Amino acid sequence: MNKTAESLAAAVAPIPDGAALMIGGFGSSGIPFGLIDALLEQGATGLTVISNNAGAGETGIAKLLKAGRVAKVICSYPRTPGSIWFEARYEAGEIELEVVPQGTLAERIRTAGAGLGGFLTPTAYGTLLAKGKETRIIDGRGYVLEAPLHADFALIRAEGGDRWGNLHFHATARNFNPVMAMAAKHSIAEVRSLQDTPLDPETVVTPGIFVQTVVEYGERP
Amino acid sequence: MTAQGLNRLEDAQLAARVAQDIPDGSYVNLGIGKPTHVSGYVPDGREVIYHSENGLLGVGPTPPEGAEDRELIDASKRFVTAAQGASYFEQSDSFAMMRGGHIDIAVLGAYQVAENGDLANWATLDDSFPPAVGGAMDLVVGVPSIFIMMRHVNRDGSPKLLKRCSYPLTGLGVVNRVYTDLAVLDVTKDGFRLVELTPGNSLDAVQAVTEARIHS
Repeated sequence: MNKTAESLAAAVAPIPDGAALMIGGFGSSGIPFGLIDALLEQGATGLTVISNNAGAGETGIAKLLKAGRVAKVICSYPRTPGSIWFEARYEAGEIELEVVPQGTLAERIRTAGAGLGGFLTPTAYGTLLAKGKETRIIDGRGYVLEAPLHADFALIRAEGGDRWGNLHFHATARNFNPVMAMAAKHSIAEVRSLQDTPLDPETVVTPGIFVQTVVEYGERP
Repeated sequence: MTAQGLNRLEDAQLAARVAQDIPDGSYVNLGIGKPTHVSGYVPDGREVIYHSENGLLGVGPTPPEGAEDRELIDASKRFVTAAQGASYFEQSDSFAMMRGGHIDIAVLGAYQVAENGDLANWATLDDSFPPAVGGAMDLVVGVPSIFIMMRHVNRDGSPKLLKRCSYPLTGLGVVNRVYTDLAVLDVTKDGFRLVELTPGNSLDAVQAVTEARIHS
């Protein structure tokens, strides 16, 4: 078994127009910048981007937004310092936005990866973000039924990996990367260091079964 | 009515006041903005573990310039360090800590707090502004003690402590205590109850800039 891709371009080649795409990262940490740049070059458009934030400055997801490749954003916190391209596209009515509480976003992604049909959470009960959703009272407390969130592809960032797709992470760059790897049909991991030898099984955070493609991108932001 | 003429705590004094109520051994989540300063004022001798929802339990001090790890940040996206005894984890574990009742105290900012404990701190009524919720709704349903740290009134003089919130809610009946520049108030089944006034202020003067009734 060898899940290694020879280049970033080869890794993102199968992503079609209109794909639902999970992109790891929180703030500037744990974002697969190399894969995003390769995707921009590849040209896929009409994308649904599922990520915690909607990019900042001129890098990462902001590049995809600037180039007009994004049709819809599903995230918890699109408005961050420097999120100028998100704001420009949103204000112009060029992208659809679905705001999801961060924990609900993580759990919807995890639920998809775990093969469940949804979950009940007290988060957002009685608020605008629960509008139109099924609710239930359990032991006197209100819960909202949330659906799993699937994706065609995930672009994730890891510190180290091996040819089996096993991954480990660095500091807070872990964030959404492990759950997104579980949830997408095809997960592509950009790793800072691709090892010739297998990772120590005790240190594997994301088991290789959740990863379809691994590609080395040595730069750390 | 404005808060002019009343004695106001400065931001640093307010952070220090909140810090007095963080017990030794607590797990604490500090919200984005002013609440992040609370950790600088926890009295010596107390060990408090700070949770950052992006996946760090044990937020340490800001690193010296030039020594930052660009992949080690807190929820405000500032560079931080990992304290002794810290751990890293992924998002669904992080939010299990929050929703699952494992974090003891959250200190958050607010646009509005109502006398029934309703909190509004994620969206205003301005539709041109894209909404952003982050982890606020998850925190308030799962953390047993929700402390709010905010100015008592808006800059235009309009009240923030209300009978009912007019902004979209973050959570219903979730606030336990409010620390403002003018007073500390508990949320009880009867509404706001005065804990203490910033020295020099009378209850009548603070009540005059508060929409909801303050019970003494």
